Amino acid sequence: MAALDQTQVKEGVDQDTVDAVREVGGAYKHGWNTDIEMEYAPKGLTPDIVRLISEKNDEPEWMTEWRLEAYERWLTKKEPDWAMVDYPEIDFQDQYYYARPKSMEVKPKSLDEVDPKLLATYEKLGIPLKEQMILAGVEGAEEAPAEGRKVAVDAVFDSVSVGTTFQAELKKAGVIFCSISEAIREYPDLVKKYLGSVVPVSDNFYATLNSAVFSDGSFVYVPPGVRCPMELSTYFRINAENTGQFERTLIIADKGSYVSYLEGCTAPARDIAQLHAAVVEIIVEEDAEVKYSTVQNWYPGDENGKGGIYNFVTKRADCRGDRAKVMWTQVETGSAVTWKYPSCILRGDDSQGEFYSIAIANNYQQADTGTKMIHLGKNTKSRIVSKGISAGHAQNTYRGLVSMHPKAKNARNYTQCDSLLIGDKCGAHTVPYIEVKNNSARVEHEATTSKVDDDQMFYCRSRGMDEEEAVALVVNGFCKDVLQALPMEFAMEAQQLVAISLEGSVG
Amino acid sequence: MALAERRITATEARLEGLQLVKGGWSSAARSDALQRLRQMGLPERRDEYWKFTRPDTLVQPETPKASVFDNDERPIFDGFDRLRIVFVDGVFDAEASDDLSLEGVSIERLADIADKDIHWAKDLYGVLEARGQSPVARPFAALNTAFATDGLMIHVTGKPSKPISLIYTHAKDDSDAILHHVIRVDAGAEATILENGPAAARFNKCMEIDVADTGKLHLVRAQGRDHERRAVTHLFARLGEESTLKAFTLTVNGVLTRNEAVVELTGDDAIAHIAGACVGDGDFHHDDTVFITHDAVNCESRQVFKKVLRNGATGVFQGKILVKEGAQKTDGYQISQSLLLDDDSQFLAKPELEIYADDVACSHGSTSGAIDEDALFYLRSRGVPEKAATNLLTLAFLAEAVQEIEDEALAEDLIERLENWLARRS
Repeated sequence: MAALDQTQVKEGVDQDTVDAVREVGGAYKHGWNTDIEMEYAPKGLTPDIVRLISEKNDEPEWMTEWRLEAYERWLTKKEPDWAMVDYPEIDFQDQYYYARPKSMEVKPKSLDEVDPKLLATYEKLGIPLKEQMILAGVEGAEEAPAEGRKVAVDAVFDSVSVGTTFQAELKKAGVIFCSISEAIREYPDLVKKYLGSVVPVSDNFYATLNSAVFSDGSFVYVPPGVRCPMELSTYFRINAENTGQFERTLIIADKGSYVSYLEGCTAPARDIAQLHAAVVEIIVEEDAEVKYSTVQNWYPGDENGKGGIYNFVTKRADCRGDRAKVMWTQVETGSAVTWKYPSCILRGDDSQGEFYSIAIANNYQQADTGTKMIHLGKNTKSRIVSKGISAGHAQNTYRGLVSMHPKAKNARNYTQCDSLLIGDKCGAHTVPYIEVKNNSARVEHEATTSKVDDDQMFYCRSRGMDEEEAVALVVNGFCKDVLQALPMEFAMEAQQLVAISLEGSVG
Repeated sequence: MALAERRITATEARLEGLQLVKGGWSSAARSDALQRLRQMGLPERRDEYWKFTRPDTLVQPETPKASVFDNDERPIFDGFDRLRIVFVDGVFDAEASDDLSLEGVSIERLADIADKDIHWAKDLYGVLEARGQSPVARPFAALNTAFATDGLMIHVTGKPSKPISLIYTHAKDDSDAILHHVIRVDAGAEATILENGPAAARFNKCMEIDVADTGKLHLVRAQGRDHERRAVTHLFARLGEESTLKAFTLTVNGVLTRNEAVVELTGDDAIAHIAGACVGDGDFHHDDTVFITHDAVNCESRQVFKKVLRNGATGVFQGKILVKEGAQKTDGYQISQSLLLDDDSQFLAKPELEIYADDVACSHGSTSGAIDEDALFYLRSRGVPEKAATNLLTLAFLAEAVQEIEDEALAEDLIERLENWLARRS
């Protein structure tokens, strides 16, 4: 893409297009940091810190207790070491577990009161919270076709939610979309009922840690029969140094409802690795459907593997009712280390789980990601399509489980895992677990590993593309099954990300 | 008790009843192996590598009883001209065996060469096993190297006119046999080794194979039909340039079988094929664990495993292809399939790829399911009774693995036998 800088602008191409292309063609473009006054809790993790986080969020007593219990459990847990990732030991006492912009001390009542610096941060990231809000006030949902579909956004900056857009309009439809801290205060019954019911407090080391210290995140409740009128989106930004981000997302799709949820993440470029341990829980009731799409673009570290985000995430959806449906789509391009397995528990009869993933690792990135499909109900179906791309010195692992329980009669699974290697110093690995415990279940697993096809490259080169462009095109083609599963806006962003992430991987 | 402590206790309890053979060159290799074993300890049910197979009955000091299975069947490989070597409960039986001399191969007993200062086997005994201990520990193989009571050193120097046939007879219901064979195939040499029989109530067998450049070795094994026997076997192979190893195993019974194959392709253009077919019924647990390392250019590896399971039988497949940095032009293929004939049976698989070279074509596939209803319907509509149709489809499924055997006559013989067994069972 560097070639673009020297390219003469051709006739008929306006400067904006060139700038836009140059913009997306840059290296990690979210590496800047916002200079904003922060308020920190002291470093380290103790019961007092847990209490403090709870207090800062104005939480009721039961929540504080819940957290403290999680903290006690966490002390007894061992960090998992089975993933194919290698990183220096993390000193969990050398982290800030709570950081929030000082201006957020008094919660702003509306986005108008939010610190302009914060809004500017999101604007720079391409998420204009304020504009959208104003737009919403001026015109109705149907009248904004020029801007594409409307998306309600919850923006999380380090430890706190900065603001959520379109809340009023969503409320009209009966949809609750707010920060989890707000939900704990406003909808304690819902939170009490569902929090920790999909990912139990003691599920794994990072989930337990998250349960103790999560500071914010998003909460979604879609009432029975409601089709959420717009896409919901959360944007996570880590800004402060030495700060872990521990967000918690809880999505409840009640009977017959539908919601599509998008998640994006970025962080400034820093030399020192930063920790991110999130938990996402999704409850899908009878006939409901949830789409969860992620474009994960945390800072991946520099080309020598210095810095970057350690991304340890637990995501799980529980299809509780019959005919419930969940679809995970992820584009993982960022993070120095990724440890993430969005899973589906297919409990209801005829429920369906889908997992589409693109994981790109370049330079010294390490990604160990995949999914678990637990088939418990009759006629349950799952589909896994995973595309892993490794370049530079990166290691990329697909790790997954397909489990067919004895009662999952006529369950079906199809898994396709493809790996692409660019360069001879990287690695691509596949570690699927398949457990079939009844004979009416049918499981098919296929995996291939190959390199970028010479013929395809030659074709692209002969059409005048430079090598990097050609690789980006071929890789986009390799990923198309997954890209097609993404909501439109995300698909565009993801396609560009695929090109950026591979920059410098050839030649 | 903590896991580490439990492991040490279990390992020491097992070692108590075993005697280290002293004297001769093998004693150094044996004490090294013992040290290795103590370092890793015997497996525990929570070990990742034993996730699908419980090792307890292989670890426990006392041998679980296994009655000798009586049958009037024509012994396997019976019609073939072969050099017969018989072991009864893991002990060489000279009377029952043929004369060990055959052109193109030298065969000696482990016990007979222990005192020889210079012997080719010295460079291999326990050496390939030790190489195969990383990255995954295989404690039963180390135990085998340390305490093997018998075994053959087979040196293939030419092209012997007939297969070498190892027959393992099971006589006592509490026999606990540890056999260790070492096979070296010289450059340009080629041989076929046949193995059959239940061997013992509990059998631990280790085979170390070194195939020099352009050498070829074929292994065809039929594991015994005793219902109650237990076995853990290891095959460690190192392949030189343009060499070939083809191994096939048929398992039709036994309460517990764990077959591990650890193959290293160290010379360019080498070929390794590992295949297996098993038919499990009832209290049957069969585990194929394969680890193939590509460490040279332009090598080919192929794994084909088929399992037919019913009445609560369990089939396990853990297969891995590791392509090291620089092992370009690798062609790695792996398929594991199970046919579950009823609802109680299970298939547990972990087909793994670990790849550090970019110019490779590696793939693996794994499927599990019931008999194809459409195919069954087709056969029935052609007047084939249901049982016969099921058997026919089952046989067709297994045949794909059996056909991996290069020698067509041997493959034919095994398929015929499978056909009879299937017919008798239903």
